[in-house]
Amino acid sequence: MRIACPFCGPRGVDEFAYLGDATVKRPNADAPDALPAFVEYVYLRDNPAGLHRELWQHALGCQSWLVVTRNVRTHVIDQVEAARDVAAARLSEAE
Amino acid sequence: MSTDHYSIFSVLREALRGHTGWKPAWRDAAPKAAYDVVIVGGGGHGLAAAHYLAKEFGITNVAVVEKGWIGGGNVGRNTTIIRSNYLLPGNIPFYEHSMKLWEGLEQDLNYNAMISQRSVINLFHSDGQRDVYARRGNAMRLHGVDSDLMDVAELKRILPMLDYDNARFPVKGALRQKRGGTVRHDAVAWGYARSADGRGVDIIQNCEVTGFRIEGGRIQGLETSRGFIGAKKVALACAGNSSRVAAMAGMRLPIESHVLQAFVTEGIKPFIDTVCTFGAGHFYISQSDKGGLVFGGDIDGYNSYAQRGNLPTVEDVCEGGMALMPAIGRVRLLRSWGGIMDMSMDGSPIIDRTPVEGLYLNAGWCYGGFKAVPAAGHCLAHLIARDEPHPVAAAYRLDRFATGRTIDEKGMGAQPNLH
Amino acid sequence: MSQSNRLAAGGLIDRASTIGFTFDGRRYAGHSGDTLASALLANGVKLVGRSFKYHRPRGVLTAGSEEPNALVELRSGARREPNAKATVAELYDGLEATSQNRWPSLAFDVMAVNQLAAPIFVAGFYYKTFMWPAKFWEKLYEPMIRRAAGLGRLSGEADPDSYEKITAHCDVLVIGSGPAGLAAALAAGRSGARVILAEEDFALGGRLNSDRRTIGDKASSAWAADAAAELESLPEVTVLRRTPVVGVYDDGVYAALERVSDHMREPAAHQPRQRLWRIVAKRTVLAAGALERPIPFGGNDTPGVMLASAVRTYLNRFGVAPGKRAVVYANNDDAAATIADLAAAGCEIAAVIDARGDAPALHAAARAAGASLIFGGAIARAYGGRSLKGCEIVDGRGRGFKVECDLIAVSAGWNPSIQLTTHLSARPVWDDRLAAFLPGARPVGMEVAGAAGGAYGLGEALAAGAKAGAEAAEACGFAAGAVDIPATDPEPGDTHGRGPWRSPVKRGKAFVDFQNDVTVSDVELAAREGFKSVEHLKRYTTLGMATDQGRTSNVLGLALMAEITGRSIPETGITAARAPFTPVAIGALGGAHRHKEFRPTRLPPSHFWAEEQGAAFTETGQWMRAAYFPRPGEKDWFETAVREVNTVRTAVGVYDASTLGKIDIQGADAGVFLDRVYINAFSSLAVGKARYGLMLREDGVAMDDGTTTRLGETHYYMTTTTANAGGVMRHLELCKQWLWPELDVHFSSVTDQWAQYAIAGPRSRDVVAALVDEGFDVSNEALPYMGAKELTVCGGVKARLFRLSFSGELAYELAVPARYGDAMIRAIIKAGEPFGICPYGAEALAIMRIEKGHAAGPELNGNTTAADLGMGKMLSKKKDFIGRTLSGREAFQDPERPSLVGFRPVDRSARLRSGAHFVPRGETPSAANDQGYMTSTAYSPSNGHWIGLGFLARGPERMGEIVRAYDPVRGGDIEVEVVSPVFVDPEGARLRA
Repeated sequence: MRIACPFCGPRGVDEFAYLGDATVKRPNADAPDALPAFVEYVYLRDNPAGLHRELWQHALGCQSWLVVTRNVRTHVIDQVEAARDVAAARLSEAE
Repeated sequence: MSTDHYSIFSVLREALRGHTGWKPAWRDAAPKAAYDVVIVGGGGHGLAAAHYLAKEFGITNVAVVEKGWIGGGNVGRNTTIIRSNYLLPGNIPFYEHSMKLWEGLEQDLNYNAMISQRSVINLFHSDGQRDVYARRGNAMRLHGVDSDLMDVAELKRILPMLDYDNARFPVKGALRQKRGGTVRHDAVAWGYARSADGRGVDIIQNCEVTGFRIEGGRIQGLETSRGFIGAKKVALACAGNSSRVAAMAGMRLPIESHVLQAFVTEGIKPFIDTVCTFGAGHFYISQSDKGGLVFGGDIDGYNSYAQRGNLPTVEDVCEGGMALMPAIGRVRLLRSWGGIMDMSMDGSPIIDRTPVEGLYLNAGWCYGGFKAVPAAGHCLAHLIARDEPHPVAAAYRLDRFATGRTIDEKGMGAQPNLH
Repeated sequence: MSQSNRLAAGGLIDRASTIGFTFDGRRYAGHSGDTLASALLANGVKLVGRSFKYHRPRGVLTAGSEEPNALVELRSGARREPNAKATVAELYDGLEATSQNRWPSLAFDVMAVNQLAAPIFVAGFYYKTFMWPAKFWEKLYEPMIRRAAGLGRLSGEADPDSYEKITAHCDVLVIGSGPAGLAAALAAGRSGARVILAEEDFALGGRLNSDRRTIGDKASSAWAADAAAELESLPEVTVLRRTPVVGVYDDGVYAALERVSDHMREPAAHQPRQRLWRIVAKRTVLAAGALERPIPFGGNDTPGVMLASAVRTYLNRFGVAPGKRAVVYANNDDAAATIADLAAAGCEIAAVIDARGDAPALHAAARAAGASLIFGGAIARAYGGRSLKGCEIVDGRGRGFKVECDLIAVSAGWNPSIQLTTHLSARPVWDDRLAAFLPGARPVGMEVAGAAGGAYGLGEALAAGAKAGAEAAEACGFAAGAVDIPATDPEPGDTHGRGPWRSPVKRGKAFVDFQNDVTVSDVELAAREGFKSVEHLKRYTTLGMATDQGRTSNVLGLALMAEITGRSIPETGITAARAPFTPVAIGALGGAHRHKEFRPTRLPPSHFWAEEQGAAFTETGQWMRAAYFPRPGEKDWFETAVREVNTVRTAVGVYDASTLGKIDIQGADAGVFLDRVYINAFSSLAVGKARYGLMLREDGVAMDDGTTTRLGETHYYMTTTTANAGGVMRHLELCKQWLWPELDVHFSSVTDQWAQYAIAGPRSRDVVAALVDEGFDVSNEALPYMGAKELTVCGGVKARLFRLSFSGELAYELAVPARYGDAMIRAIIKAGEPFGICPYGAEALAIMRIEKGHAAGPELNGNTTAADLGMGKMLSKKKDFIGRTLSGREAFQDPERPSLVGFRPVDRSARLRSGAHFVPRGETPSAANDQGYMTSTAYSPSNGHWIGLGFLARGPERMGEIVRAYDPVRGGDIEVEVVSPVFVDPEGARLRA
């Protein structure tokens, strides 16, 4: 498997570290239902058998965290984005 | 549905008539309209649960539905190791229960699954690692499980092929469980299937679940590729695909699906007599009764339903193998395969009721599902029949993530690819 | 040294070069260009091996890597290589081969008695027996089975050869160098594209070398040689011979194995035995050809029964007549060429059996060869034991007769070599016209050309290859013109064997999987017992699981199962292959990663100095750390470590702490950021001050600890544990890039940039004062405990000085740029000499941190919380931080949780051991009474007895209580007293001195 790092170009999967599902969002710790929300955030996953948005880090490269959209049945990668761009976009949406 | 009794005498009798008298090991059943219990998944766990439901709890109006052929999932694609050398109190009693069931399995099933207690040896390479293994060995002893620490002199006698002299991470000793070993994995599925079938269980192959019928919070049955099947109780035993199936019942699970690769070499004359795990790399190995070296390592580390992995993991595993025993350099890797693991968030399984009444869950086995087959089947059957957990599986609750009573053997936290 | 079966002329061997080899100790001669199999056949050796289960005599069935029978041990000593295929092994001078799985000799194998028990040893018999009495399985039955199993032997010695790996990128990878592969490589190569052509054989050409075909005005083998020469001349083309592509992985990654030195007695100096290629290809043309299928009949495993195409290979490529009097048994027209080639080589053809009935092509060939043609007949049985003597034939009208022969050539059509198309899970598709599986969906970027794609004819293979090669190059942006494909001679006719799949006459054992001894009756038995899907068939009978990976048996077994159960072949199943395509030595996949080179070794800056001092070293992850520095007369590590501790506690010592992770953190929001990742506050830390910090995972469990110093308003310097340095850095980057992109903060790992030395002991200030440059004040007032300063040492070397203490003594950590690390340690020792300084290692460090009750790796084991570690009070209530919310879960508040306390033995002379469990005094050791475990122990020179740290249920409430430290795996069971975890200077007076 090869991942096209937006900064370094396509590289072998062995240069990347995997974290997991990129669709879960860290909840507000001050909300009244923070505890169940955090349990869900930390532990529960959709784990779809198809397209999966997931976090990888180019650990043996530029250290960038990436949001990779990948079909987990075929391993075909549709899209690679810088995590900080995705996060910033999310942030500006929230505002 | 009478089955042949297997013995040397029946084999000799059949030998005289060209083996023309054998009956099918199990019937290829068609679904009935309804059952008391339907088990989703014709793998080791589901078939074992059916066997124990029928044999121990007298529930025989049972179907096992399997989307492909039975035994085609992880019970047929693993490295065949059995052991109960766990660290944490939530795990040890369960895996020891499993070990005891393995020890009587052949007679219980009248099927030779070639259970071979040739010891499992976990090497350590530092003082710190030795202490961690001592803690584990002591925990096992406290639970009445055999364990012992081996020094290098004894290791050299039993595993002379290890790199003792020139290793990057020198071997300093090992934790051993003598009762650990290997089992002919396919035979486990077939043996349970045959026994369950002989007790009246319907094994329905090529029958894929497409949905659940739930009314008033209670399970009514399941929709399948072969029509609706009514059921008073339904149990999921479809590790690898637990999340997908549970989603049909509206549940999200603390599970990710990952691929684990495993490998076997060409058959060679006896080379290694025990199961051995490397403590400084991801590698474990044993030799099958056919002569192949069966080995594996770490999961690839990313979500996957593809039943295959990638090259870096293959190389990593073989690097570990060469570091541990450089004498295997000239034996050839013959086959590799990938299995889809239900990697749970704490590395431990779930056997529990669900929010849907009458729907039971057996999932999250990570790469430890094979050794668990008898106990998982037995405890699942207990849960279904009595509606309460078997004491040895009491810690495998679905709510433990909310309460914080997680069972994290490796101490890696909520990151499935590190368990 | 006669080569009695070598033809007088012809073949691609080098007759001028005669080389010697041995088989089972007997000397033979062959030529360069031979395989071991061709050389053995040239010498009239037919019996080459024994089968797995029945130990039946076996010869050579094929001429390639699909060989199931002719397996040998190659070489001797530590280089012994089991299960080598004689059909692949290239002959070299001095080659040693030994037959395997026989005793005492190949010709007379005692284990062949298994054949007598064959009626019992059918598929799956072992599942039904060996169960009584239960104890006998492991004591008797299994050892017996294990001894009998396996084929060749490993030497048991470390492999003396080296292996290497290479990564290559190309535009077009062409797999296979038969007509389609050569045409593809030429088309792509001429365009200027970077092409890699990988061929498993040592010669390019594939069947162009095996068949007497004509391309243009050239013999096919000459055309192949010319094509090879042109490819070699193209600068962007890499030709890899002896290099099967063994695996297909995602995104155009291919694994190939180059047998660099296997055709030599031993590798040349500095050359590997084999090289693993990781090829990244934009486009791939799979031109792997097709393999012929056998027809099962009784005794079809007798040495002398051979695939018809292999017969041609031996005749035409190797100049060897595999027999003198042949019977040809076929269900398609392809065998016509075998008949013609045998006749041309002067072999007699006793009979030709066309299983289909009258078909013109075979009819004509048989007539031309003067052979009798039997329409619609079959071979009922071959006989001869160790060497074929003849066969019983039944003709179309059921009349049987015997024919003497020493060769039977069989042909049942072809299986395209589509394995590499299925490695990424694509399912092949059954084609009724070809009676074969063809590639289904292809891996992205792969095209299939030639026989592998069902284009069996020479002309169509050349055209398909050229087209695929040109298209692949064009897809990579190269202009590939049309490739001129010369005309070829007429094609052989209908080469698709559409059955029958077996001899209709059942007499004796008819083998489907030769090596694993799976017969047609085993397939029938599997069907009878319900193992009808191809997956069950394989697993129950072991069909297709041998070292030939079922190349000659899988499709056949499937077809037979379909026939037996009255289903179509696709209904019965399909055969998808997994990597590797052909078996690969584990050594090659391991590459250079063995012995000391298994993993990189990281050396701290003082390493070479420490070596000079005679230090003993210990591995900590990838780091090598000095464990202790023995002095003459010290008898063991213990004595040395105790002396080092005493020196630190009474004078001064120095330790290389550079292995700790070091992270430089800068930005306007650095303080806020640290507040969110640590449980305690750092935004409030004063500039020039350090603070101990603990960080949690989001699940509330301790992740790592260390000190972080505020060097400036927007500048912090974090240290982590040695083990978690990488993980913490990754975590910080995630927090910043993903969770809080709005924060202005940046990180650099500076672990390797700074050499950092701990200078500890009551005289440490004197040593430090002697090192810092004039004008810098290191007094207690100017640099108090937990203070930090940037200054210069040794005449202008930029340095950072921290007043930190792990040992509990007055202590400093002095950091200088790593390039000064070696000089710095020497300077520290020199400056410390007047004060009695000694270097200390990891052992002394561990003793002192246990004496001070500092948690380290054994306590931060991934399951302990801040409260478990006695740091519950540090959890800030004022701010959110990673791990805060889930720390509030019920189990985290459970008062029964084991918490960190200290222990000392009641009998002060007793030794404590980490890993012991705590059981209440007077209670039976049991799971119910398991109350915790010891994590760290040491002999405390300061206390004069062993001390320990551990987690005990309600530990802090139980000070003074006696519990048992139960350690059965080491025979330990002693009483210990629960005490404070701080054993030295609990008030901390020394470190503030």
